[in-house]
Amino acid sequence: MALDTDTVRRIAHLARVRVPEAELEPLAAELSNILTWVEQLGEVDTETVPPMTSAVAVRLPMRDDDVTDGGAPDAVLSNAPDGAPGFFAVPKVVE
Amino acid sequence: MAGLTDLTLAEGRAGLAAGDFSAEELTRAHLDALEQTRPLNAFVTETPERALDMARASDARRARGEAGLLEGLSIAVKDLFCTRGVQTTAGSRILGGFAPPYESTVTAQLWAEGAVMLGKTNMDEFAMGSSNITSHYGRVENPWHAARSNRALAPGGSSGGSAAAVAARAAPAATGTDTGGSIRQPAAFCGIVGMKPTYGRCSRWGIVAFASSLDQAGPITRTVRDSAILLRAMAGHDPKDSTSVPRDVPDYEAALTGDIRGLRIGIPAEYRMDGTPEAIVALWERGKDWLKAAGAEIVDLSLPHTKYALPAYYIVAPAEASSNLARYDGVRFGLREAGDSIGDSAGGGADLTEMYEATRGAGFGAEVRRRILIGTYVLSAGYYDAYYIKAQRVRSLIARDFREAFETVDAILTPTTPTAAFPLGEKMDDPIAMYLNDVFTVPASMAGLPAISVPAGLDGDGLPLGLHLIADAFEEETLFRVAGVLEEAAGFAARPERAG
Repeated sequence: MALDTDTVRRIAHLARVRVPEAELEPLAAELSNILTWVEQLGEVDTETVPPMTSAVAVRLPMRDDDVTDGGAPDAVLSNAPDGAPGFFAVPKVVE
Repeated sequence: MAGLTDLTLAEGRAGLAAGDFSAEELTRAHLDALEQTRPLNAFVTETPERALDMARASDARRARGEAGLLEGLSIAVKDLFCTRGVQTTAGSRILGGFAPPYESTVTAQLWAEGAVMLGKTNMDEFAMGSSNITSHYGRVENPWHAARSNRALAPGGSSGGSAAAVAARAAPAATGTDTGGSIRQPAAFCGIVGMKPTYGRCSRWGIVAFASSLDQAGPITRTVRDSAILLRAMAGHDPKDSTSVPRDVPDYEAALTGDIRGLRIGIPAEYRMDGTPEAIVALWERGKDWLKAAGAEIVDLSLPHTKYALPAYYIVAPAEASSNLARYDGVRFGLREAGDSIGDSAGGGADLTEMYEATRGAGFGAEVRRRILIGTYVLSAGYYDAYYIKAQRVRSLIARDFREAFETVDAILTPTTPTAAFPLGEKMDDPIAMYLNDVFTVPASMAGLPAISVPAGLDGDGLPLGLHLIADAFEEETLFRVAGVLEEAAGFAARPERAG
């Protein structure tokens, strides 16, 4: 699969990663090479094979829906790059 | 004090118990070595004061007659494990300055057993790489050099700082994490022992996530016995990680009986790959001979889907990474770029989406960005079945190959890597050439199986080479037993010239 620069621009936006215009073309070439290489999987007949869903055969455990932690707003906010007291701050999203 | 940094964990444990030296003396020796080996850039953050505090507390505990499994022993921690109050970067600019308010389960267990933290080791950014050149905090150099050469070599990756530190005698042991070979490949490149346990054996809680269905913590040490000692302290069930398995942790050291008579060791035909250097093929042959001489039976077998493990991995791992790394958004922790409109009532500056894009564009390096984009693409509408589901189906076949093999054999022997350590600067422009480093380690990762790399010889340039053993799920004891015999037979005693 060869990706064009428009597709790379679109997936970069989907991934919320800014890619400078000048880097789109070399990146498209790199990603195309990787996708072409992984497409050798097409040689494998997987018609009747279920996809793997768990690396080890275990049943997911259940637990009571109890609060086991919390009440630490200062710790939660301690690494925020921008925090008004008691909040995470983000650019304005509502006019 | 001379000599203390050459001690293994087992020897350090014995010396501390006998009162030959204190934890503080042992720690100081390693802190000195850490300074001497600083040009290797193996550490992102050194924590000498914390180390000495922990060592003195350990000596006090020992004086009271309390001693954990790792009492007073120095450990380096890969900078992917969250450590309370100590910067945890994952090798990325986007996490620069991040000081977790919590401790990962694995490291908490080490400190509970009395271990002393020397610092946080350098690594490929978000554990994505096989050379340790993708770290935002600079490349790590392998303490080994080729004969008659001063050219800096890659330590392997992603746990390259941990492997370099242990090989250079800056630390007797370190934690690593392995997603597709990130413990075993650098261990092979640095001439030491690297072990990846069964998926679910160690808690992933508090370890910065790369690919959640593959990530597993494991020990990096200089001997198989030390690997067994460290894994015992790292492993165990953790209710905070729903994929951590509720099984008792055995005393892995007790498995080192040296007796492998009657065990069946499989040799998979598909690991004989074109272009593998003669020294590696010859070492593999010697490995077979050693195990046979020790009484094991060598069995030729086939793992037919081996060649598809790597391409399947490069769909599954980036897909999971693109999802896991969505959390780095400039809001809750780490870097923020273009947040200049905050509090700007005039409404100028960037909006939220622009802030996300600017933060992530500036915060992620080239390899991480590449994998996020591949992952986003293979999970996007219209491509999910063709790429992601296809890769997970192939993964089922890889796991089935191993399941069938372990009906007839107890362990599988292969080379760890297709080459010895390569010069820093090589393979950097071709992502796929770099990915091929993990061709022998990725299949076991895809199947969730335990595996270990043991230093077994030198190539023609005097660089270390590893042999790789794979066992069935939760058969770590079998793995250690065979690895111990391999280690004994190989008698690997070479050490890098740039050791502390």
